[in-house]
Amino acid sequence: MSEDVYIIGAGIHPFGRTDGRSGREQGVYAVREALADAGLDWADIDCAYGGSAAAGNADIMVNELGLTSLPFTNVANGCATGGSALASAQMAISSGMYDLALATGFDKHPRGSFNASPADYGLPEWYGQTGMMLTTQFFALKIQRYMQLHGISRETLGRVSVKAFKNGTKTPHAWRRSEIDLETIMNAPMINDPLTKYMFCSPAEGGVALILASEKKMKELGAHGVKVAQISVKTRPPDSFEVFQAGVSIKDGGKPTVLASQAAFEGAGIGPEDIEVAQLQDTESGAEIMHMAENGFCADGDQEKWLLEGMSDLTGKLPVNTDGGCLACGEPIGASGLRQVYENVEQLRGRGGERQVPGKDGTGPKTAYSHVYGAPGLSAVAILER
Amino acid sequence: MPALAPIDPDLWSDEAQPHLMGGRLPSGEVVFPMPQGEAAKDVEPYKLSRTGTLWSWTSQGFLPKEPYEGLGNGEGEGPPDFEPFLLGYIELPGEVIVESVIVDAKLEDLTLGMEMEFCIVPFNQHKTTFAYRPTPTKGA
Repeated sequence: MSEDVYIIGAGIHPFGRTDGRSGREQGVYAVREALADAGLDWADIDCAYGGSAAAGNADIMVNELGLTSLPFTNVANGCATGGSALASAQMAISSGMYDLALATGFDKHPRGSFNASPADYGLPEWYGQTGMMLTTQFFALKIQRYMQLHGISRETLGRVSVKAFKNGTKTPHAWRRSEIDLETIMNAPMINDPLTKYMFCSPAEGGVALILASEKKMKELGAHGVKVAQISVKTRPPDSFEVFQAGVSIKDGGKPTVLASQAAFEGAGIGPEDIEVAQLQDTESGAEIMHMAENGFCADGDQEKWLLEGMSDLTGKLPVNTDGGCLACGEPIGASGLRQVYENVEQLRGRGGERQVPGKDGTGPKTAYSHVYGAPGLSAVAILER
Repeated sequence: MPALAPIDPDLWSDEAQPHLMGGRLPSGEVVFPMPQGEAAKDVEPYKLSRTGTLWSWTSQGFLPKEPYEGLGNGEGEGPPDFEPFLLGYIELPGEVIVESVIVDAKLEDLTLGMEMEFCIVPFNQHKTTFAYRPTPTKGA
């Protein structure tokens, strides 16, 4: 039987833009914060997993952190880099092989939308040359169809952004920290219809580190950790609709998010109705809408009511993206998925400050859910409990 | 002015009424684009339908980064002169859903399931590409 795994330390370098500090240096900053949080020294860590999409290899961090000879595995898994690092660290401990593991992710991207090379994704050159290889288009195309089929209004997309920026004002690690009203969001320049400028997140910078421990080690240290109930990472099934597809199957295929979510709930032995706070991939506001349903938190179309009535606000039935999500924090690819887990750790430990959610019984949440989605069609879900 | 060349010589058939080229797998499933290299083994080139229905759509409001080579942005194409454009997915009945530039339409005219037809259009000063456009209504 595998052992339970706990997160006993969490650190973050504020997201946004930090001139003069490399992506990896932001990662090192986060690791030191996590070590301090757990009351540990770098030399105590048995093994490490980490990576970035555009800021170099993580294992070089030992130059700054110390040459302790620990095994340090670089993770390069696109948007799931953080999630895969966390899953690897969890497995290292649950296998019984190690007692203390680090999962870290960091990044630093140039301004503007991501540009991708067709060859890297096994696509012909004309796909990029004719201007169809943009991630922003995929999200617009997916939500446009979803809105037509399930009666979601443009205002609902705007309300997701209003909520994100409002939560961002209460989050020290957020990048966008001023509220933006619905009218400004709706009237902002259109990027890809129906999504305006303020409905998209931006590539950014930041770093996150989490320290995982076995139950035995946690007790030995006298630490109070948050239990990793289940982590599930799934790549796309046949006939799914994903980013960067010149051709899509006419069959109504499965979705990696649905698969990862179902596997995570099954493994944790709980259901969507038991979750008290959730961080869902919100690359743009339509993604949060669709991911609410794909992760099982509401039926298709119910988001209209949820957003209108504030059911996903900090004090709502299920608070979603309590730190402002990608919309307010930006998206440093390697760090973004771990930011969600960091936020959940903070919420479960009652350290959410102004953005602390009350939980069902008013004593703070006992369960937390995070979900990351990325190219070329993969999802990672982590369920935490205290 | 010299004739414009297709952006990819194998992307559509060379005939008076050209078809976008997909592939048919041994299972009978139709895919787009036609796979290249070893992935093309056992895949039969397949002429896709010239008509279909609109599955989803959006606008491209900003200049894509490289490798975009639209008007004014490719090599030897002169100063940047970006024009926003429309694109979407067209469902070809019984075949596959293809991503395509959409021409001869305004954003507000597009509706789910509307009839679309295949066409070849100039893309920049040197090349043509494929597109779909709303099927003109008879008598209009």
